[in-house]
Amino acid sequence: MLQDLYREIILDHYAHPRNRGKLEGADIAVEGVNPSCGDEISLYARVRDGRLEEVRFEGRGCSISQASASMMTEAVKGKSLDAAHELAEEFKAMMHGQVPDEGRLGDLVALQGVRRFPVRIKCATLAWVALQQGLREYAAGRPARVVASSEDEL
Amino acid sequence: MPIPLDVRADFPLLQRSVDGKPLVYLDSAATSQKPRAVLEALQRYYEEYNANVHRGLYRIAERATLAYEEARAKVAAFVGARPEELVFTRGTTEAINLVAYAWGDAFVRAGDEVLVTEMEHHSNLVPWQLLAQRRGARLRVLRVRPEDGTLDLDALDRLLTERTRIVAVAHQSNVVGTINPVRYISERAHAVGAVVVVDGAQSVPHMPVRVGELGCDFLAFSGHKMCGPTGIGALWGRRELLEAMPPFHGGGEMIERVELEHSTYKDPPHRFEAGTPNIADAIALGVAVEYLRALGMEAVREHEKALVRYAMAQLAEVRGVRLYGPKDPELRGGALAFTLEGVHPHDVAQVLDEQGVCVRAGHHCAQPLHRALGLTATARASVYLYNTPEDIDALVRGLERVRAFFGLSG
Repeated sequence: MLQDLYREIILDHYAHPRNRGKLEGADIAVEGVNPSCGDEISLYARVRDGRLEEVRFEGRGCSISQASASMMTEAVKGKSLDAAHELAEEFKAMMHGQVPDEGRLGDLVALQGVRRFPVRIKCATLAWVALQQGLREYAAGRPARVVASSEDEL
Repeated sequence: MPIPLDVRADFPLLQRSVDGKPLVYLDSAATSQKPRAVLEALQRYYEEYNANVHRGLYRIAERATLAYEEARAKVAAFVGARPEELVFTRGTTEAINLVAYAWGDAFVRAGDEVLVTEMEHHSNLVPWQLLAQRRGARLRVLRVRPEDGTLDLDALDRLLTERTRIVAVAHQSNVVGTINPVRYISERAHAVGAVVVVDGAQSVPHMPVRVGELGCDFLAFSGHKMCGPTGIGALWGRRELLEAMPPFHGGGEMIERVELEHSTYKDPPHRFEAGTPNIADAIALGVAVEYLRALGMEAVREHEKALVRYAMAQLAEVRGVRLYGPKDPELRGGALAFTLEGVHPHDVAQVLDEQGVCVRAGHHCAQPLHRALGLTATARASVYLYNTPEDIDALVRGLERVRAFFGLSG
């Protein structure tokens, strides 16, 4: 059913994206691309005391990729880098079939309906793959702009 | 003679429904549906005379060889060519790569230039990028005019130089449908001594194509877009060019005499068909071109032109729809890329699927073209000989539903 895919909260985030915009002087800046469809997001984050103090995104893409990015910025803002990475792991696991922990994923469970539409899974994971790539680069001391591709992970 | 109304009955898949709704297939630019005759030819080969070609001395092997070579003759005749100039390949992509490697590596040198267009499918762009990197050649680009999706031909003569070795161009765009003036481009390219490689994947299935009239040097096309099976296609090349080319793949079937240290090779086309070929699908492609010939390619073209005219008029009535490419159906084929304001193409296609309407969304393997249009993605409806005005009506109804679903007013 279409309503499983386009849950109200997803359409709301698509129509009214949270934390949208560029972040000057970001510590993390990642370009995420989905080569199979051309969706793009730019993800920015400022790190203070090991936490994601500010997270923003810009992008062009479908409702699922943009809503997922918007929901992600809300979910990881204020989290420690490790906790953000773990949340991304959990989110990706949900998208690949694992039963989610609603307590930890909260609103993000709305995106699990995407699972029934296999081509769209990469739309939902795009922002998260980009986030993890950014966190890895930051940890490695390479905070410059990098490109992450949702194709590189299944 | 127009396309008969009962032509749809020839295509088993078009009889199917999705969730109780009739299947409306508007993605033939990606792959066409197959008539029963083609499916039966595949079955018959495997059940009655499955044997390897060019080798066996027994009767079913002779029959397989004969059918395979007859298919070559039919496919060659379909584009006005001789069989000895037609190489079977996996499809357009392999055909273009064959030229890029076999001709390109032999004749393109450092400092030479390869001219491509901004409109190309990635299959007629990436092989040339790779060739340029291998040979130290320079890639030059003929741009697209974003306003109507046509090539900026005014720049052609400036981009063609005495260094231009290859000009690679699509006969018809797989996104915006533009039919390019290949004959004119070939004449200008030949004036500087370049060879012209034409991607015919979107034209050979949809209009009469004669290599002599195109004036090009190579023509690549795919069977699965023209009622044939997947995994089979063809490269036509001028005899003297094919003869001058070293092999692409080495192996059985393509050799004359093999010593331990070196070998001699067969003449074209067999020189370029190493290994056991795709016998069944080649034979079935022969049946597909017979099917198309019986309908008449003029009739196919006229049918699609009428559908495109109807679709353009109907889509113009849907609020927020923007169509890309030439406005005149005479100048374009049946690929109709569009956007719906306020809804991403993926979401458009997803909601259309719910209505049983199959369209494609994304960059359609033409990212540079989308960039030229200022887009990352479009939705694309594409028509073929079996589509009807009712299919277009279903698309329009589906788009109204998309608007309603995403809360667009009016």
